[in-house]
Amino acid sequence: MEEIIDLTSQALDRDFMSALAPAREKLRACIQCGTCTASCASAYAMDYTPRQLWHMIRLGLKDEVLNSKALWLCSICYSCTLYCPHGIPLTETITTLKRTAMDEGIRKHKESRNFYRAVVDTVRAHGRMDEVEVMIRYFLTTNPLMAVSYAPLALTMLSKGKVNLNLPKLGGPGKMDSLFRKVEELEGKR
Amino acid sequence: MKYTYYPGCSLEATAKEYDISTRAVLRELGVEFEELKDWTCCGASAAETVSYLLSLVLPARNLALAEQASSDGQVIASCTACYVNFRKVEERVRETPGLLDTINEALSVDGLAYTGKVRARHLLDVLANDVGPQAIADRVKRPLTALRVAPYYGCQTVRPYSPFDAPDVPESMDRVLAVLGVQVYPNPMKAKCCGGTLLTTKREVGLKLVSDLLEAVEGADCIATVCPMCQMNLDAYQGLVSQKLGRPVNIPVLYLTQLLGLAFGLPEEQLGLNHNIVPFKSLAQDFRSL
Repeated sequence: MEEIIDLTSQALDRDFMSALAPAREKLRACIQCGTCTASCASAYAMDYTPRQLWHMIRLGLKDEVLNSKALWLCSICYSCTLYCPHGIPLTETITTLKRTAMDEGIRKHKESRNFYRAVVDTVRAHGRMDEVEVMIRYFLTTNPLMAVSYAPLALTMLSKGKVNLNLPKLGGPGKMDSLFRKVEELEGKR
Repeated sequence: MKYTYYPGCSLEATAKEYDISTRAVLRELGVEFEELKDWTCCGASAAETVSYLLSLVLPARNLALAEQASSDGQVIASCTACYVNFRKVEERVRETPGLLDTINEALSVDGLAYTGKVRARHLLDVLANDVGPQAIADRVKRPLTALRVAPYYGCQTVRPYSPFDAPDVPESMDRVLAVLGVQVYPNPMKAKCCGGTLLTTKREVGLKLVSDLLEAVEGADCIATVCPMCQMNLDAYQGLVSQKLGRPVNIPVLYLTQLLGLAFGLPEEQLGLNHNIVPFKSLAQDFRSL
């Protein structure tokens, strides 16, 4: 990595440190051996490798960590968790960071955030994940023109009988509203 | 014992052939099962990105329904993502005091309660260990001799929970394939990741992962999978992978259950072979003439 982070200008973000306290506690055992990075299939495309990310968390570099592309390149394959010689739950840590980035309203990497949001909103509306509606919600929130690049794939899926065409339900009460509301209430998000 | 069958959302659409062939093969093997009534989504890989509690409540809702059907029964999940979500809630409830109460407080709005007694099982686990290779071999009417099949497990089938197979070099599917008479094609990438949702959210990286997996088994006649996400990623993007590699890549990607059904001599309509994107047809004709 060519980029050098200037630590001298940054104060440690206490809130971030405490939000990530569980992750930081586990990451204290990290010996920076890089086995996680070596086992990661998408590390080659990351701005910070998994190993770098763990150290950045220990340094409390909130903005760099939460804005990093690395979080959204994790495909949750659990290789790093399997091979970590210290048994640190690394995949879980990345997932916690993704969630924190969503909660904090980080604006970068909206194609990833919007996709996961589209899945959850579709499940809330129908109880099941209608794949067509997920994609419609995804295009509408990210960039409607994206739909064009998906047309060939959509046609193939359609011709193979892999698509159920239902009218999307983008407004009105959802089938699972009460359960989702209760979860939000229990998590203190309402 | 009668299993509760949880198909999961993908098996209603993009992985229709997995549902069709699973039902046909379980029936043929004499495995008793009943579809879970009123099932809902397990949360896939998306819920945990939005809310930790939601990622536990969504699978728990289905396990609670399964407990109504059979209080200490077993749930077959054919989709790997569903399986991992079910296992996750089972493990977290066991290790976190008070969590079960919180989950049940949420589920109470649907009049449901989860005790943690049901067990989620991956379909591959049930086939390889409950049914077993011998009982499968007994049903083989048309051995798939000379067919070179590369087993592909993907990541979450064996990670992070590995109660039935090795997390890095799994073998349960190899053992099932072997009794069908196929040549199990060595696949060094058999437990590597297909990229999951990266094919949608970070396409270039996802394509690299899929392309590496397909290149590793280019000498095989087909790939066998047990996960809807893996199947779709490997099957639907071969055109783009061909462009990327500058040469045609054309490998049928079948569900393990479709191969079982073929070896059992079940008609192709019962196995949903018309739904696979890279056609298996010509190949099927080849070995039929053997």
